[in-house]
Amino acid sequence: MFSAIPLNYYIIVSTLIFCIGVLGVLFRRNAIVIFMCIELMLNAINLLLVAFSSFHGDAAGQVFVFFIMAVAAAEVAVGLAILTMIYRNTGSVDINFLSKLKW
Amino acid sequence: MVTLIILAGLGLISLFSEIFSFRKILYPLILAGLAAAFVANITDWNTGGAIFNNMMHSDHFSVAFNGVLIATAFFWFLVSPGYFHDPTNRTDHFSLLLFSLTGATLLTSFSNMIMLFLGIEILSISLYVLAGSKKQDLASNEAALKYFLIGSFTTGFLLFGMALLYGASGSFNLEAISRFIANNQGQGNVLVYTGVILMMSALAFKVSATPFHFWAPDVYQGSPTVVTSFMSTVVKTAALAAFLRLFMYCFGTINGFWSGGIEIIAAASIIIGNLTAIFQDDFKRMIAYSGVSHAGYMLLAILAMNNSSASSLLYYSAGYSLSLLVAFSALLLVAKATGAETISAFNGLAKRNPLLAGITIIAMLSLAGIPPTAGFFGKYYIFSAALKSNYTGLVVLAVFGSLVGVLYYFRVIIVMFREGSDTRPVVASPGERIYLLLIAFLILFIGVWPGYLVSLL
Repeated sequence: MFSAIPLNYYIIVSTLIFCIGVLGVLFRRNAIVIFMCIELMLNAINLLLVAFSSFHGDAAGQVFVFFIMAVAAAEVAVGLAILTMIYRNTGSVDINFLSKLKW
Repeated sequence: MVTLIILAGLGLISLFSEIFSFRKILYPLILAGLAAAFVANITDWNTGGAIFNNMMHSDHFSVAFNGVLIATAFFWFLVSPGYFHDPTNRTDHFSLLLFSLTGATLLTSFSNMIMLFLGIEILSISLYVLAGSKKQDLASNEAALKYFLIGSFTTGFLLFGMALLYGASGSFNLEAISRFIANNQGQGNVLVYTGVILMMSALAFKVSATPFHFWAPDVYQGSPTVVTSFMSTVVKTAALAAFLRLFMYCFGTINGFWSGGIEIIAAASIIIGNLTAIFQDDFKRMIAYSGVSHAGYMLLAILAMNNSSASSLLYYSAGYSLSLLVAFSALLLVAKATGAETISAFNGLAKRNPLLAGITIIAMLSLAGIPPTAGFFGKYYIFSAALKSNYTGLVVLAVFGSLVGVLYYFRVIIVMFREGSDTRPVVASPGERIYLLLIAFLILFIGVWPGYLVSLL
């Protein structure tokens, strides 16, 4: 039952997951892991939206989640394609390899 | 609404042109379609209102900005197709650009957070691919990955902000959110304030304002020049229009809360953008850093929050887009002749192609803000809008910033008159010459008669 767990807990959990995602993006060096961390961020948002949606008794939040899922899938498709292209050229997915552009 | 359908349809048609092999007539078709979209957009001027079940709202603001965006894209299509040699990829690139433009038009007319999100994503995802469209070039790969990672990271912040605002107000509709904010002022509503801060930083990322500008120089430099020119014109205009629409019309009632943040962002952009641009040797990097400072100037319009904000931003972005299109076309031609994209590639251009040099000078003067070009009056209108709302300190800073800007824009001009070792002529085809002359004329025209654009909004 939703009413058993206060809304605050949902906010805290999803904020924590979001922060884990952010830290992962900032500190990990493998591009695939970074992708996963971005997905973690987006899914934390999905959780938050569903919780709010249930709290307000309004379906719009859950519809938004579908939009986020669809867009995230498209984004990952493009991202993995970019990564494949880079792997072909450098033989690695470590983002430290990519430091050609500097001043 | 018709505009949006035409643009999205054009994108689909370019995808199908490969299957049904009408690739040859695709290019004229796109130009005609863009012209049709422009006309359809103008006819919406008086028949605005909520469309698509109140997801979007067509008003004077959106029509005017869509006009600028579509016109910029039209000019872009006039000069750049020569770059895409491979006929197979060409149609894909065209369709991606048209989809990106579709996303840009969503950003000017959203009245629901969902449309803001979708607009930004449609705009960006196409550009991630385009940034990496030089598949063998490591710099282009790197630009694509950096743009992709930063872009989707930013989207996360934007969405988190939206989720928090939804949690507070129970709606994604901008009007409902703004009503909620107005009715619940001063209660220390943490969700709303955190949401506004998160959305502000996400949008500052998109317009590449300091301290969120680190991706811009790398992405601008690594991407193919034609894609960079699209990014720095259409994308920047659309992102700033979205910024203004969201913050003025939705978060306007709590501007005492967010204006401090934007003040800092604008001031930092003007200082850091201008000071770093001086030291750049790569032309595109220089433009990227100067773009940071231009984003700072344009944020002043949002800060001003009065009835001349929208019109001054419209005028500024139109002038900026036109000047950048000329600058990048000149760079394309110079790079074709010399193979380098540095500022020194412009060495001796005044002798190698006097016409091109003259047009580039007009563009540089406009970017630096020297009368009688569009750039000068753009700055004038934005600064006077900010002065009306008593941002005197920031305006003084911005004026000093534009003085510094003169330094690096004039560096390009000075280099053109210097005798270089490279004396090969820079060739421009008759079509390119007409196109460049047309845009240079437009820059001067809206500079001398600014009333046409400014009185629109």
